[in-house]
Amino acid sequence: MSVTTPVPIKAFSLRRVFAMVRRYWYLLRGSWPRIIELMYWPTIQMIMWGFITLHLRDTSTWVAEAAGVLLTGVLLWDILFRGQLGYTLSFLEEMYSRNLGQLFVSPLRPIEMVAALMTISLLRTLIGILPAALLAIPMFAWNVFSIGLPLLAFFFLLLVMGWAVGMIVTALLLRVGLGGESLAWFIIFLLIPVSAVYYPVDVLPVWLQWVAFSMPPVYVFEGMRAVLFDGIFRWDFFAAAVGLNIAYLGLGAAMFLWSFHVARKRGLLLAGGE
Amino acid sequence: MLRTPAVKVEHLTKRFGQVSAVDDISFEIARGSCVGLLGGNGAGKTTSIAMIMGLLLPTAGRISVLGEDMLAHRFRVLSRINFSSPYMELPHRLTIAENLAIYAELYEIPDPKTRIAEIAETLDLVPLLTRPSGKLSAGQKTRVGLAKSLLNNPEFLALDEPTASLDPDTADRIRGYLDNYRTETGASILLASHNMAEVERLCDDVLMMRAGEIVDRGAPADLIGRYGRDTLEEVFLDIARTPGGENAPPAEAAQ
Repeated sequence: MSVTTPVPIKAFSLRRVFAMVRRYWYLLRGSWPRIIELMYWPTIQMIMWGFITLHLRDTSTWVAEAAGVLLTGVLLWDILFRGQLGYTLSFLEEMYSRNLGQLFVSPLRPIEMVAALMTISLLRTLIGILPAALLAIPMFAWNVFSIGLPLLAFFFLLLVMGWAVGMIVTALLLRVGLGGESLAWFIIFLLIPVSAVYYPVDVLPVWLQWVAFSMPPVYVFEGMRAVLFDGIFRWDFFAAAVGLNIAYLGLGAAMFLWSFHVARKRGLLLAGGE
Repeated sequence: MLRTPAVKVEHLTKRFGQVSAVDDISFEIARGSCVGLLGGNGAGKTTSIAMIMGLLLPTAGRISVLGEDMLAHRFRVLSRINFSSPYMELPHRLTIAENLAIYAELYEIPDPKTRIAEIAETLDLVPLLTRPSGKLSAGQKTRVGLAKSLLNNPEFLALDEPTASLDPDTADRIRGYLDNYRTETGASILLASHNMAEVERLCDDVLMMRAGEIVDRGAPADLIGRYGRDTLEEVFLDIARTPGGENAPPAEAAQ
């Protein structure tokens, strides 16, 4: 037996990232209620909005013009919501199990943990959204995949915004502990009125439109309506959403790293709990 | 060239608001040695270890581990050190095998399966490998935590209460294993414990802490002799109960 031979330490290790992804995957795989829960709400939402669409189709020319506008809206909103939730709940697992101290005496770097949380958030979002999107085809004759490549752009724009919000929420959780766990569930809903998910942004008062245009989701949902109503992909909206996503991701990362630093100052990594 | 000490702590201080948890302590741990950190509850042992391991930022002072400055370059050294504490747990719903496999990957161990099998055999964990962490007894959790801390064959190992909750037989075997590990690998150990017999058996040197300060230090036998006592436990009680007795044996022992 001999002690480990010193090896050069990588600034970023995919092996460590996938170790963490594996850990979150084990957690998910080991609990069928969690997998059901991932699919449950997006599917219920889709069914409810599907029936609302059927009802409004005969009474609203706006809905009749683009039958899938509400269904696509609800599915895209769930990408943002699930993206954030997948990121935050995986981080909460570390707090529940008081494991942050163990993790951060290992060579795991905060940026690697962030990469792992993003990866598992992507997996959880796909598990949650795909069944709902597929079920909409036979149930409501709406195939969201018929949007084509713009759907991929919308998916990643919303997922990245979900990660940015996830970083901000985990930064807050590091500061306030498990007492703030409900933040994971409600903070994202602050965005829904100004994201113009189910209505055009010009419905909002002008001052609120300014707020809406300072965040990426509104460009995605306006862009979605441009595709569905006019058959065009708005590159200007895409560019604005990408730029804002980069800014929010930077803000989220800065907040997370700052909170991590404060947690190391206050001994919160060791305590972990409330 | 002289080898740097495994750990060098200089004027280490940690304050939480007005409370001084660790107050200007300095010490070294030589390569291959085992140093015991003794003190009552709240003496500053866990805080000191957390700062040495990089989990907690000090208010003042310097920490060097295996020659690297822990405040500036801790990532250079984290793969060569490890830590076990009953205050930190492994994810409850993962099995022991899954938990150990994940930590083996985090430490980028070359042949994780072999290493896990080896350590599970040594610490008598083989029958537990398929059980979830959360279903283990306190003593079993302690052994699993120890297994995690030995996965990467650390050159420096910080152990906070390594035999807490273990039955005397298992605790004795763990002590034997730690002693052998140190002898065979030349690793250094910092051991915080309330078990004085354990410290006497394993440690070359002892740091006695009280209210965040190191109030005395020395080899266990020297401390026992200096205080005129029969055991380290009696020395510990003397120090803990002597008002204002920092840095000096009680009057009766000094005579």
